[in-house]
Amino acid sequence: MVDDATKSTLAKIPLLKTRAGPRDGDAWILRLKEEYAALIKYVQNNKEADNDWFRLESNKDGTRWFGKCWFVHDLLKYEFDVEFDIPVTYPETAPELALPELDGKTAKMYREGKICLTDHFKPLWARNVPRFGIAHALALGLGPWLAVEIPDLVEKKLIVYNEPKASSSAASGSGQ
Amino acid sequence: MSSTKTEDELRARVAALEQQLAAALGSAQPSTTAGLVKRTKIATMSSEVVDSNPYSRLMALKRMGIVDNYERIRDFTVAIVGVGGVGSVAAEMLTRCGIGKLLLFDYDKVELANMNRLFFRPDQSGFSKVQAAQETLQGINPDVTIETHNYNVTTVANFAHFVGRIKEGSLTGGPVDLVLSCVDNFEARMAINQACNEIGQTWFESGVSENAVSGHIQLLIPGETACFACAPPLVVASGIDEKTLKRDGVCAASLPTTMGIVAGFLIQNTLKYLLKFGTVSRYLGYNAMLDFFPSMEFRPNEQCTNFHCRRQQQLYQEKLALQPKADGAVAAVAEEAVVHEDDFGIELVSDSAEPAVAGHNANAGLVAGVHRAYDAPAPSHHADAAVTSEISEAASLDLEDLQKQFMAMNSK
Repeated sequence: MVDDATKSTLAKIPLLKTRAGPRDGDAWILRLKEEYAALIKYVQNNKEADNDWFRLESNKDGTRWFGKCWFVHDLLKYEFDVEFDIPVTYPETAPELALPELDGKTAKMYREGKICLTDHFKPLWARNVPRFGIAHALALGLGPWLAVEIPDLVEKKLIVYNEPKASSSAASGSGQ
Repeated sequence: MSSTKTEDELRARVAALEQQLAAALGSAQPSTTAGLVKRTKIATMSSEVVDSNPYSRLMALKRMGIVDNYERIRDFTVAIVGVGGVGSVAAEMLTRCGIGKLLLFDYDKVELANMNRLFFRPDQSGFSKVQAAQETLQGINPDVTIETHNYNVTTVANFAHFVGRIKEGSLTGGPVDLVLSCVDNFEARMAINQACNEIGQTWFESGVSENAVSGHIQLLIPGETACFACAPPLVVASGIDEKTLKRDGVCAASLPTTMGIVAGFLIQNTLKYLLKFGTVSRYLGYNAMLDFFPSMEFRPNEQCTNFHCRRQQQLYQEKLALQPKADGAVAAVAEEAVVHEDDFGIELVSDSAEPAVAGHNANAGLVAGVHRAYDAPAPSHHADAAVTSEISEAASLDLEDLQKQFMAMNSK
């Protein structure tokens, strides 16, 4: 099942209305506005809860999204590039979120670094078309994935912590 | 000198070995290069039973009365989307059967992790699947025309081209005769479904479960049968309690056996569909744990969320309404759909028995051993999560302002 924390996070993200994909012209523009409005609210929520964990931007058409996401484990911040396309069948099908630099490092990943979601994601998404959007996919898909996979990848030494370029603060040295 | 003698001996030995080699290769064929037999193109299919005719055993189907006109296979074009464990084997089967043309779509590369499945070889690692497949298939049968596309069909950038090739990719520049979905994910199946609904293209869906012990094939005729979006996907029960299924650390398991069996079912039905023999299965499931094969058929969901599915349903109903008056004259228009009904009378027997796929009563009408992956959304507008807020009227907002506002949050 989806855990309670994820549930309450989801509940605070506004629902979308427009059933439109990137080939639907003006309806897609309307959908895109809703996507941005929901994302803005979600990031605000995250910041208020001191749990800001991604940066995202899209191309002009809103069909391709890219940015960064991060996860703090043992007081160290691990950051990754994140990218995804909006499929032609969106929002009937969720976007396939990818972390390309982790491709090949975990079995819970499909080709090109697309993350392997739990059995619960797709049914929940399908039942909430067209109300769920990109913000929901991040909260329900990528967030829980990072929480499970990053500690595991760190433990297996498949990813290592990179010191931030400028400031090294209290975080360093407290690993393990 | 002993050294000269050794040289003579070696020369004699080489000559002897050369003779042996020549004997082993037999009456060296004209196309032999460096001992490797390379099959040349054959202009017309012959039914002559000789060792050198690659089509003799296929043409025998005609002599035995199974297929009326086997040579017709050369006129057909089949598009295969997904050239993995099922698609590559399906492509090889059609290639060996002498299909006219294949269109292959995939954006993956061959990896050593694929070697538990059939077709690809370790030395092809790193090549795109479509390129590696084309080379192997062309070597097996150079008579087949093979067109490859190394891209993801689900993205906006590629979808229009994909639809275009389905519409105009046949040997005569018309629509392909059949599309085979051999992909491994829901997103790609939905993209194929969308393409086929838009242009009224008949297609076969196939799949193997992530635990490798069940699979299925399903025929989709837009408007006539349920489309892939009409109801949640079907699952063939494996008899394994989902709660005891260990998924930790892996996305998917696979077996060459299950994939080979599903590819076999898929191409068997493809041949029956194209060459018009036997009965074409509408849905055939495979439970490997019990060797159980459920089969059934589905009518479309009148409330399908896919606009083009509903449009095709209307077209099909209009076509049916015209039929009883003049079956001979209308047959040309309705060719694809009529094949099954006229030949096999499915329409007659299925009217009452056939499950109507409708809305949220997900498993209603399914045969034993098959269920829906999840419940379809209820017609009402209540989300699962206890959501309190809905998006305010976004129409009144300006997209650029929203984008600026969102980007500004990045710096804070």
